[in-house]
This record gives sequence, C-alpha cells and structure tokens, in this order.
Amino acid sequence: MIKLQGLYKSYGAKKILNGIDLEVNKGETVAIIGPSGAGKSTALRCINLLESPDKGTLTIGEKSYDLSKLTNKDILEIRKSTAMVFQNFSLFENKTAIQNITLPLIKAKKINKAEAEEIALKNLEQVGLSDWKDHYPSQLSGGQQQRVGIARALALNPEVILFDEPTSALDPEKVQDVLEIIKRISKEQHITSVIVTHELEFALDVADKIVFLTDGRIIEQGTAKEVLKNPKDERTIKFLGHFADKLEYVI
Amino acid sequence: MSARLLEIVINAFPNIIIAGITVTVPLTLISFAIGMVLAILVAVVRVLNIKVLSQFFRFYVWVFRGTPLLVQLFIIFYGLPGVGLNIPALPSAIIAFSLNVGAYASETIRGAILSVPKSQTEGAIACGLTSWQAIYHIVLPQAIKACIPALFNTFISLVKDTSLAANITITEMFMKTQRIVAVTYEPLALYIEVALIYLLFSTALTYLQKYAEKKLSYNSRSVQVA
Repeated sequence: MIKLQGLYKSYGAKKILNGIDLEVNKGETVAIIGPSGAGKSTALRCINLLESPDKGTLTIGEKSYDLSKLTNKDILEIRKSTAMVFQNFSLFENKTAIQNITLPLIKAKKINKAEAEEIALKNLEQVGLSDWKDHYPSQLSGGQQQRVGIARALALNPEVILFDEPTSALDPEKVQDVLEIIKRISKEQHITSVIVTHELEFALDVADKIVFLTDGRIIEQGTAKEVLKNPKDERTIKFLGHFADKLEYVI
Repeated sequence: MSARLLEIVINAFPNIIIAGITVTVPLTLISFAIGMVLAILVAVVRVLNIKVLSQFFRFYVWVFRGTPLLVQLFIIFYGLPGVGLNIPALPSAIIAFSLNVGAYASETIRGAILSVPKSQTEGAIACGLTSWQAIYHIVLPQAIKACIPALFNTFISLVKDTSLAANITITEMFMKTQRIVAVTYEPLALYIEVALIYLLFSTALTYLQKYAEKKLSYNSRSVQVA
C-alpha cells in the first residue's frame, strides 16, 4: 500500500503540485491521466524522490515519511521499496540487458550474483527477451529496451512500480506489445502500480482506479466507469471529450 | 655524416635510452597515474557540486591550468625550501606533473561525465543505488571511454613535458643529451636523435591508445560514409 497526503511541489515561484492525496492499495493499479503540463510526471517522480517535494507525507507499507524532512537514509529506503519504468527507458548503456537487471539487485539489494542472474533471467523470460540477454541497449529496439526496463523493475520486487509514460517514446506498432506486458503483470501478478499515461483506452482497461490530475490537483478519482460516466468537473468533461469516440466502446 | 659523428650518435643512443627507461618512463607513468586518480576525484566532486571541496578544486584547476608548468616546477623545487620544505628533485617533479595533469584531465573527465545522459543516473538511483554507486558503475565507465582520445593527448604531452625536469637537476633523456652535447659539441645530430626517441615513445602511446579504444568498444556503432 502506498499513500500520499498533502503533496506540494513548486519550481521557484511556479506551483506544480497543490496538495495531492493519493492512495493505492496493495495489488491495485492506479492510472493518472490529465492534460500535459498538469504535473502527472512530477507527482510520480515525487514518490521516489527524483524530484524533491516541498511538503507532504508518504506512506509505504507500514512506514510513513515526512517529505519535508527526509534524511539520506530515508531517501535510499524509499527508492529501494519502489521501482520506476521510464519514458526514455533509462537503461545503463554500458551494461547488457541482463546486467541492467542484476546490477541493482547486487549493489542495492545485496543479492549474490548467481541468485541475481537467476532472478534476472526469470524476468527477462516474462517479457520475452531471454534470447537478447547479452545484448547492449544500443543493440535493442525501443520496444525491447522498454521491456528490459520493465523486467528490471519487476526483478526488484518493489512495494510499487511507478510507470512514467512507458509507451510515449515508442514506435506506434510497439506500443501495444509493451501495454500488453504491463496489463499482464497488473492483472495476473497483482503488482501494485501507478501509471502515468496518455493511452486512455489502456488506462481504462487495466486501472482499478483512475485519477484525473490537472493544474497540480486531483480533481476526480474513482473507478473507470465512475470517472467516465459521471465526470463532476468541467475540465474532466472537456479532457475526456477529446477521446469520446474511442471511449464509447470501452464503457 | 662523418664517421666520427656517426660514432657519437651511436654511442649516445644507449645512454639516452637508459635515461629514458630509468627516468622519463617511470616519471611519466607515475605522474600520469597519480594525475588520473586526482582528475577523477576532482571531476566527480565538481559534478556532484560538493560544498567547499568543489570550490577548492575549482581554485586548484584555475591555478594549475593558468600557470606555466616550468614555473610550478621551480616553485616546488627551488621555492619551497625557502619555507623549510625541502623536497628532492624527483618527488618535486612527480608532484608538479601530477598536479598539472590532474588539473587538465579533470576538465576532460568532467565534460565527459556531463555528456553521459542524466536519465541513466536517474535510472540507477531509482533502482536504489547510491549516487556514488551510480557514478562508479554507470557514469564513469562511459565517461572514461568517451574521453580516451583526449586523455591520451594529455598523456603524450606529459611524456614530452618531462623534459622540463632537466631544469631541476633530473637526468632524464633531455638532460642526458645535453650532457653528451657538452662534451661532443654536436647539438644538431644529438638533439634530433633525442627528438626521434621522444617520437618513438609517443608512437608507442598511440598504439596503446588504439588498443584501449578497441578494448573499451563494447557496443560502438561504426558510421558508414557513402
């Protein structure tokens, strides 16, 4: 379970997040949607502290952290209990696919090499890349790189996986592959996850809960049906309006 | 070339080479090794922008890049005894060369570190690695690879710059040659001879560079030009 309360973040005078409250239950998949520039990615990156929040409380499992007074130890602890899948994959270019997965296991989780390799292989198999384990990121396609990114996150066995627009840098024909994998791990393995995405259909399909974020605030949240059938706020209606055609058959 | 001159040149050769192998080469290798460790440290501290230390290193780079190496040698060897600090000639030279190489190479490495995409560091720390682990395992290997050609420039410069140590009583190759010239009065032939020996050493380093680049080219993409 992870829970954010009263998350604020600004860059200088510019307020990005104005009090975000978000709760994700164990095994749940929450999708954050909203117009670009709304602060979706920033909110996600505040959870694993790639951005430093101004204030707020973060609860992961049993433990709560005051985000305005974090020690280095807290930060490392939070990062070790989360994993992230990035828009631009963020793979280590000097490491092979399998090494991308084993390095954090060995260095951050202190798992021995043999065991780390076993875990890595298992996860590469899950994303269908066993045959590519010894290839470097530059030798893999975008879709394959993102699958390695997902395998790396899964291997860490975190409390929550944060997906930051995982398909927006992919070729259109690869988007579906990656979405299928995310959907599978969400539905079959019940990995707790938060997904920032522009793929609305996908969000509706996999998410247990949809969160609509705009102007640094969550103005609507609930199950896909709730948010779509009874959008309360005009901004939600307007945003969803762009997708009306696509959404019709989903509902 | 007269038989006498030929004999002088031939006789000088082993003497110069021995000075090269016993003084120039170790002086170069030790100074370069210390300089590289220093350069990596300075570069990492400056990239991480660690308070105080970072400013101190910036000052160091400014001073050692901005003053002549020969003057640095003179200050350490001839100047410091004035405040009671007597450092023998060879350690003086090693100190000056290491600090000089460290200052230049730190900027090369710092630039290379900054050229490694930040997303990879983010990927690493998001996985729970510490900043130092991310730098050590991910950033530095790529940065060093990227700056091999530039670092070999510094390395080759250093081989030649060690000739400045002749000015602080060190009998390296150039000093040895000067002494032979002093007794044989054949400056042209002998200075050309020592120049060729420096060239030989630099060429050896060029091959080492090729080897290092090949060794590190784990995933390099060659560019085909039509």
